[in-house]
Amino acid sequence: MTTFLELLITGISLGSVYALIALGFVIIFKSTEVVNFAHASLLLAGGYFAVVSRDTLGFWLALLVGIAGAALLGMLLEFLIIRRYRGRDHSVLAIVTIGIDIVLITELARRIGPQIFSYRDPWGNTMMQLGPVSIPQTRVAAFVVAAALITVFLLAFRYTSWGVAMRAAAEDRGTAALMGVRLGWISASAWAVAGALAAVAALFLSIFPTTGLDRETGLIALKAFPAAIIGGLDSTTGALAGGLIVGVTQSLATGYQSELSFLGNGIGDLAPYLVMVVVLLIRPAGLFGTRELSRV
Amino acid sequence: MSDLLTRVRRGAGEKGPGGPASGRPGRTPRDLVTPGLWLLLGLVLMLLPFYLEAFWLRAGLFAMAAAIGAIGLNLLTGATGQLSLGHAFFLAIGAYGYCVFAGDPDAGVVGFGMPPLLAMVLAVLLAGAAGGIFSPIAGRLRGAYLGIATLALIFIGQHVLFNAHDLTGGYNGRSVPPLDILGFTFDNERVMVASVPFQAVEKLWYLGLILLVLGALFARGILRSRPGRAMNAIRDHRIAAGVMGVPVARYRGAVFIISSMYAGLAGVLLALIFQRTVPSYFGLILALEYLAMIVIGGLGTVGGAVLGAFFVTVIPQVLTRYSEALPLVSAPGTGGVAPGEVSRYLYGAAVVAAVLFLPGGLVRLPAVLRARRARRRAGTTDTGNMEVPS
Repeated sequence: MTTFLELLITGISLGSVYALIALGFVIIFKSTEVVNFAHASLLLAGGYFAVVSRDTLGFWLALLVGIAGAALLGMLLEFLIIRRYRGRDHSVLAIVTIGIDIVLITELARRIGPQIFSYRDPWGNTMMQLGPVSIPQTRVAAFVVAAALITVFLLAFRYTSWGVAMRAAAEDRGTAALMGVRLGWISASAWAVAGALAAVAALFLSIFPTTGLDRETGLIALKAFPAAIIGGLDSTTGALAGGLIVGVTQSLATGYQSELSFLGNGIGDLAPYLVMVVVLLIRPAGLFGTRELSRV
Repeated sequence: MSDLLTRVRRGAGEKGPGGPASGRPGRTPRDLVTPGLWLLLGLVLMLLPFYLEAFWLRAGLFAMAAAIGAIGLNLLTGATGQLSLGHAFFLAIGAYGYCVFAGDPDAGVVGFGMPPLLAMVLAVLLAGAAGGIFSPIAGRLRGAYLGIATLALIFIGQHVLFNAHDLTGGYNGRSVPPLDILGFTFDNERVMVASVPFQAVEKLWYLGLILLVLGALFARGILRSRPGRAMNAIRDHRIAAGVMGVPVARYRGAVFIISSMYAGLAGVLLALIFQRTVPSYFGLILALEYLAMIVIGGLGTVGGAVLGAFFVTVIPQVLTRYSEALPLVSAPGTGGVAPGEVSRYLYGAAVVAAVLFLPGGLVRLPAVLRARRARRRAGTTDTGNMEVPS
């Protein structure tokens, strides 16, 4: 039972980090209708900016540099590439982001090389005791930070004029533009927010119990794709639910791997994808996604 | 909707704006030149194994195998608009399926010891069947949803390849039994043809050519006939296509199966060239490379898939071979920019550039240039006319 509780808490914490990534993914999709396959490289870029500036600036400032760097990079991509596309087919634009991803990941992997960067974070490998359950402090920090960021974002999405403009643009681009919403600014800011969230996620994906940031860290972000799909690509609530489902599934499948040994090694990394396939079979638009209706 | 109509009309005109009136009698010289060029190209390709060294033949073979796979993906993604990131999975099924069906039963891994030709056919059918199992999902989803759903296939595939030791040989992979057609074996035993020693590469070259030509003709047949029009209609306007009587879900499922079979065939050919299949090859990178191929070459056309496949597969090999002679490129492991990385920058950037500046890919390049030249010529005469009064 203790093991189960530990795994569940770890899963929820991991899931909240995935939710951060998936949320960025969903924001980009809602505001520009682009499925951003370059999200993994945005995350790795944020992490990289942070770890290279950590020695001179210290942890907190370096983290800020990482967040700002990833946000700026996201904005630049939107401004230089996504905005230039004049066609209508958005799956072609998805392939463009794959091209961007190939270039960015190759460059970052070349810079990082075989090294593993540690963030030198204030939490270290201290454990926390909650009754019978002991969990790493980093996991608690991850959950608290992710929950706070998500709350702030959802409130901003609901109440600020930026959030209203963004929702209007997602609803109907043409009408929103006529009402004075600057669509270019909306999509650029969506990419910036997504980059910033990914940079925060990069931090929590590469501190204890993980060894550090290496060139494979971007691959972990790929698990946020099933998270976004399970919840529904156009739903912020869905991103949260999907993130938690993926996190808990992965944590439980990894924890009980010995009982699942007939499925082979590393089933924990596969489990989110299997869940996604099952969900898609039952609900093709995801759990919270709007079922697409078309008027002819 | 008007977009759809122009597309259809362009397809019916066969050669687009450049070659009108192709159905009428009284052929222009140009109509005779094109088949002549194809004949010449075919002849050159047939003669290449007599002159080129093994390195170039291998590079060409890889490109041919990739071209077959890319044609399949282009039917799915280019012509029908269904994004797939799972193409590498079906390549793996083809490669490993062939090994399992044709493999030696006593070699420590499962092998049925079937005749290799039969094994090849069965492997392609197996890939199709795997696509069929996935088609309940492939038929209902579209665009990005399908892209991410097929991402699952990659990870499932990698998991199975690494873990099912009896079938796949695990991490170290398994060796590929050579192909054998009616007693002629495609192995490394030297056969002298016109005093040129023919080894596996030279023999496989012709197999690759035949398979590529057949695959290309079949795909062209699909694209230029009723199913092809239906697929394009689904891509351009799903609902209009449905209203006009195209069974959208069934078509999507069927195209997915056909594209998997192309991937399976490409996988078999790749396995025969490698002579050993390893699981790490069939990962996400490979699937992304295939998408890069069709975007760079040209979405929705057979020629585009072939061009893109050559671009993406041959460039890394050329860069590796001449890495000392090129500026900015250094040999792998020396700390500089390795050839593999340069080629990834190149094709990653090429994908972005192709979509932004050359929609339609490399195949449309001659037409775009011709149009631009025509426009410039028209522009100069216009200004000339305006200058006349003064």
